[in-house]
Amino acid sequence: MAEKVLELKHVNAFYKEGKQKKQVLEDISFTLYEGEIAGLVGESGSGKSTLCKCVLGLLKEYEGEITHYTKRPQMVFQDPFGSLNPKKTIGWILEEPLKVQGGYSKEERRKRAEKMLVQVHLPKEFYRRYPGELSGGQRQRVSIALALITGTKFILADEPLSALDVTVQAQMIELLKELQKKEKICYLFVSHDLDVVSMLCSRVLFLKDRKVEEYADI
Amino acid sequence: MNVEKQRIKKRKMGKTGYNFTFGLVLTVIMIGLIVLGFFWTPYDTEAMQGSIKLNAPSLAHIFGTDQFGRDVFSRVLAGAGSTFLVAAGTILIGGGIGIIVGSVTGYFGGWLDETLMRINDAVAAFPSVLLALVIITVWGTGKYKVMLALGVAFIPSFARIVRGEFMRCREADYVTSAKLIGVSTPRILFVHILPNILPALLSALTIGFNNAVLAEAGMSYLGIGVQPPDASLGRMLSESQTYLAGGPWCAVFPGLFLVLIVLGAGMLGEGILDRFGGGRS
Repeated sequence: MAEKVLELKHVNAFYKEGKQKKQVLEDISFTLYEGEIAGLVGESGSGKSTLCKCVLGLLKEYEGEITHYTKRPQMVFQDPFGSLNPKKTIGWILEEPLKVQGGYSKEERRKRAEKMLVQVHLPKEFYRRYPGELSGGQRQRVSIALALITGTKFILADEPLSALDVTVQAQMIELLKELQKKEKICYLFVSHDLDVVSMLCSRVLFLKDRKVEEYADI
Repeated sequence: MNVEKQRIKKRKMGKTGYNFTFGLVLTVIMIGLIVLGFFWTPYDTEAMQGSIKLNAPSLAHIFGTDQFGRDVFSRVLAGAGSTFLVAAGTILIGGGIGIIVGSVTGYFGGWLDETLMRINDAVAAFPSVLLALVIITVWGTGKYKVMLALGVAFIPSFARIVRGEFMRCREADYVTSAKLIGVSTPRILFVHILPNILPALLSALTIGFNNAVLAEAGMSYLGIGVQPPDASLGRMLSESQTYLAGGPWCAVFPGLFLVLIVLGAGMLGEGILDRFGGGRS
């Protein structure tokens, strides 16, 4: 049995609208395991984003239990042009988690950052580039490298492919699968594109009207 | 690797690399002259000589003499010093506090924002020179008090600009990403977001510098700024108004100095952005 990465038990979430409480998530329970790719599918307004925020710890007002069994989850964003600080070099961005954790020398940080770049199949030289000098696909790779360098085993990917063209999408899917196998990364993959979901995910969570409508293996 | 080095070199030179060089040279020259003015001037800045009133520029007095027979070049050197000091101090105080207030209110929002911005509005509701006037009346006159008074009066404009920019940036994905990594809030504010608002901030600072120079001139004109017989560029400009026909050099040279200081500072600001601002969006 693979190790648990994330466990949700009876999660309810609300938004306050004046004095009224509006329920956005109703009794959500599921568990994710190491090295698993789970899809999260649902129409607009079904509570996908709220669920993501809860899982990431960005929304604190919920009831129920959310347990992480790994380091803080990281996120790969939909828009590759907004997710990397435009004023910092790729190297600086990648080293930030190491600076926060502390205990690394400058040389070690640089080596780790360059190693991560290689791991997501980008040339080491990108270390000194700015995000503005990279393509959308390359930036998404940097985002993945940034998530990995924190040492987490759980990445929440919010439509990471929808802004990319089809050939780049295929390459990204390859990379995600490779990291899943090599590093035992677990993804929660939010998407509208059922083709991509069926290609990538082993299980799918269908969200409808605030509830999990279906939780199916593919 | 070679290609990569070329890319970085190209990035540094940019298409507007001249701004930096020209601004730097101009600023160094102006600051050099100002520093020189602190230690040495060709003539005593306060020595009056009735026999050489309003003389045109000559070899002995390269900028001419004013209505009291004082050497304009010497007074411009000394005056540029006080003007520069007051303007720089104003920007430092107003900009510094304005950035802190603006970033905190813009980033956090909520009641903190409401409270601080209402105080800000109250301060901004006074014309800045009038506010400085009140402060001067309470604290007394003098170069450093003018600096302090103008600095306080300049806080609201900076705070408002910085606040707007922080509100724009706080929802950006890279800020969320920094939060997820566990970056501390002060670091997010001043290391992650601040560089992204530099273009707006730098132009605000440049304009603020101009306004500070003008405000200092205006206050000196009213007799509450730099006190006579001390020279300041603003004071010289206002004094020479009366003699514009008889001795235009009394107004032209202080004005020219003012323009060169402001131009140098502005171009240097632009140049620094081009050169070290890094990624373009």
